[in-house]
Amino acid sequence: MSLADLLAVVIFATLNAYAVLAGADFGGGVWALLAGGPRKQRQGELIAHAIGPVWEANHVWLILAIVLLFTGFPAAFARLGIVLHIPLSLVLIGIVLRGSAFTFWRYGGDTDAEQRHWGVTFAVASLITPVLLGVTVGAIASGAVSGPRAPGPAFFTGYVAPWLTPFALSVGVFALVAFAFLAAVYLTLQEDFRRRALGAGVALFGAALLVLALSGVGAGAPRVRAGLIFAPWAAPLHLLAGVAAVVALAALWRRRYGAARIAAACQVSLILWGWGLSQYPYILPPDLTVAGAAAPAVTLRLVLGALALGAVVLLPSLYYLFRVFKSRTPVAPPTMPPARPR
Amino acid sequence: MSDLLAARSQMGVSLAFHIIFAVAGIAMPVMMVVAEHRWQVTGHAIYLDLAKRWSKGTAILFAVGAVSGTVLSFELGLLWPEFMRFAGPIIGMPFSLEGFAFFTEAIFLGIYLYGWDRIPPRAHLAAGGIVALSGAASGVFVVIANAWMNAPTGFELVQGQAVNVDPLAAMANPAALPQALHMTLAAYAATGFAVAGIHALLLLKDPANAFHRRALAVALIVGAPAAVLQPISGDLSARHLARHQPVKLAAAEALFQTQAGAPLTLGGWPDVDRRETRFAIDIPAGLSLLAFHDPGAVVKGLDAAPRDEWPNVPAVHLAFQLMVALGSYLALIALWAGWRAWRGADLAHDRWLLRAIVLAAPMGFIAVEAGWMVTELGRQPWVIYGVLKTADSVTPMPGLIVPFLTFTLLYCFLGAIVVWLLYRQILRSPEIPEWRGFYMPGGGSRERGDAA
Repeated sequence: MSLADLLAVVIFATLNAYAVLAGADFGGGVWALLAGGPRKQRQGELIAHAIGPVWEANHVWLILAIVLLFTGFPAAFARLGIVLHIPLSLVLIGIVLRGSAFTFWRYGGDTDAEQRHWGVTFAVASLITPVLLGVTVGAIASGAVSGPRAPGPAFFTGYVAPWLTPFALSVGVFALVAFAFLAAVYLTLQEDFRRRALGAGVALFGAALLVLALSGVGAGAPRVRAGLIFAPWAAPLHLLAGVAAVVALAALWRRRYGAARIAAACQVSLILWGWGLSQYPYILPPDLTVAGAAAPAVTLRLVLGALALGAVVLLPSLYYLFRVFKSRTPVAPPTMPPARPR
Repeated sequence: MSDLLAARSQMGVSLAFHIIFAVAGIAMPVMMVVAEHRWQVTGHAIYLDLAKRWSKGTAILFAVGAVSGTVLSFELGLLWPEFMRFAGPIIGMPFSLEGFAFFTEAIFLGIYLYGWDRIPPRAHLAAGGIVALSGAASGVFVVIANAWMNAPTGFELVQGQAVNVDPLAAMANPAALPQALHMTLAAYAATGFAVAGIHALLLLKDPANAFHRRALAVALIVGAPAAVLQPISGDLSARHLARHQPVKLAAAEALFQTQAGAPLTLGGWPDVDRRETRFAIDIPAGLSLLAFHDPGAVVKGLDAAPRDEWPNVPAVHLAFQLMVALGSYLALIALWAGWRAWRGADLAHDRWLLRAIVLAAPMGFIAVEAGWMVTELGRQPWVIYGVLKTADSVTPMPGLIVPFLTFTLLYCFLGAIVVWLLYRQILRSPEIPEWRGFYMPGGGSRERGDAA
């Protein structure tokens, strides 16, 4: 495996972490929007409580992926910025609104009306951002992010047509359903979310079928389609993803939530890696390869070294973060009397 | 509006917006950690309340800083793809390190904000300390990348292509140290004085308020030393500019002709067509003295560069004058406050000092913005000084005025919300006169035994 391949794997792993961690934070926003029934208030609180301490750390996976991409594969980053300018800008607006509205909701909400206003902004941004993230992934997978562009191509063919396709939109829907599924599985501390998780799990099958069907329609995504169906690794991968999906649903049914969370995260990860494998050796099909987009070897070596060093700091810190907030009992006795209501 | 101008405007608005939150995100954690430490040492619950209120403000500022920083990392490619294609392999390294520093900051800020009753007190204080350290580190890494654009090193240019790339040499560029130092001090000075100014205003109304007295003290402890050191770091920057970025210094000082014994030009309006600065006060040999520590030294003027490689001279000159004037004011107020405190005076009752500190509240942030205008506008028309022109690195995407206006509106809206939220939080400061003794968070007054 070359240095460039290794860095590409690391970036993909970073995106994978973003999908299963931050994706669930987006999914939580979707459930906040869909909250209802007698326990509506309680659902909102559970979602906010789950997202609050971790969403900023989870969000950094995306920043890390971006800086690694422009350091290691500057040609790919430049082309993405040009061709997918519009959906990426919309993703950014979604990210800005989601993050700030969540914070205003938690820290600024004064009156009920204000709280509701920020809660809704947060939820709507959480709904739209995953769709647009999925659309960019779909555009890449379909091989539409091609270059080089002559100066001044027609606006629509150059900057809209690559991503406004049925296939890319179906990947957007798939991403949304996958994130909502993950969130519901993580949120199963409450019975309401068990039923939502089961429903989303079934919907995820439907979304996957839709993506697969549309990959063959029109321009579609021939490379990904061919990879996912005919490549030697395709069958075992599908088998594993299918097993993970069945395990996740069965565990939800039996209320084995620990197993369900692991299986659901594995399922989404396997699907992501299926995409990555199917378009290898291209970083941006149809013409830009991992090797062709890579920075000089000295840069790749240094970045991989920095990654190894950074991981020594990062992984224990992340472990500590999740241990403090995701374990059921506090890890240490409270240090002070609980704050009195203001 | 041309696409190039729209792209530059969008980048400028994004940076000007983000830098406020980045600066606050570097310095606010220091203040909250100092307050929490005072609480752990003295057992005085007023410090705990202070730490909690500041951490609430930090949470809001950090969140907006995190998302607006994300926007910038994408905008590098959305607006300047050719710049990133060239610069990515050379200067991606500090960005990657910044990614880790920022990661650490986000993780421990989550632990700090939500972990008050989940981890032991010392671990909590340490988490705050890590937030402060990693915040400063991520600022330094980003500034190092910017410094490289001003003083590019670590590669050779062969037919427009970078060869023999050396990312470590790029990080060690000559602008890195002066810029990182200047920016970090600016963060502490600007935030420290902004917070001190708010509490000084409230003390003018209620000088006995124990909460504001301590808040003022902690804010000055963070802001004042940085403000005093800043002119020294500014001198380092000016001497760096004289050697490595002479056009920027010439524009900042409105020096049109290269000359020995160059004067220091205060104020005035540079008339670019006539190549002279009108209505200015000249201090003979002042610039030579500052730039080279030698009154007879030759300082390069704008005439050292072709006319089409000049930045916008009036804008750079005015921004520079503004930054220096505001920075000097902060340094003087810091010295005044330090001297009064050293003589044992009660700052909270020194009404003239309080008024001066109130006046200083916005100045640090205005100086930060002005300083960035000097360094960014002063580098134009280059995006990488002497290597790549800004116009050659912009995206071919048409209609850039649309994203420019969209992001500008978005940021105006967010800025207004943040100001309103912070204002409302400040309005709710506790009203605790000093003589009522120790008190509990939330405004009640208790005996010391309960607070521990």
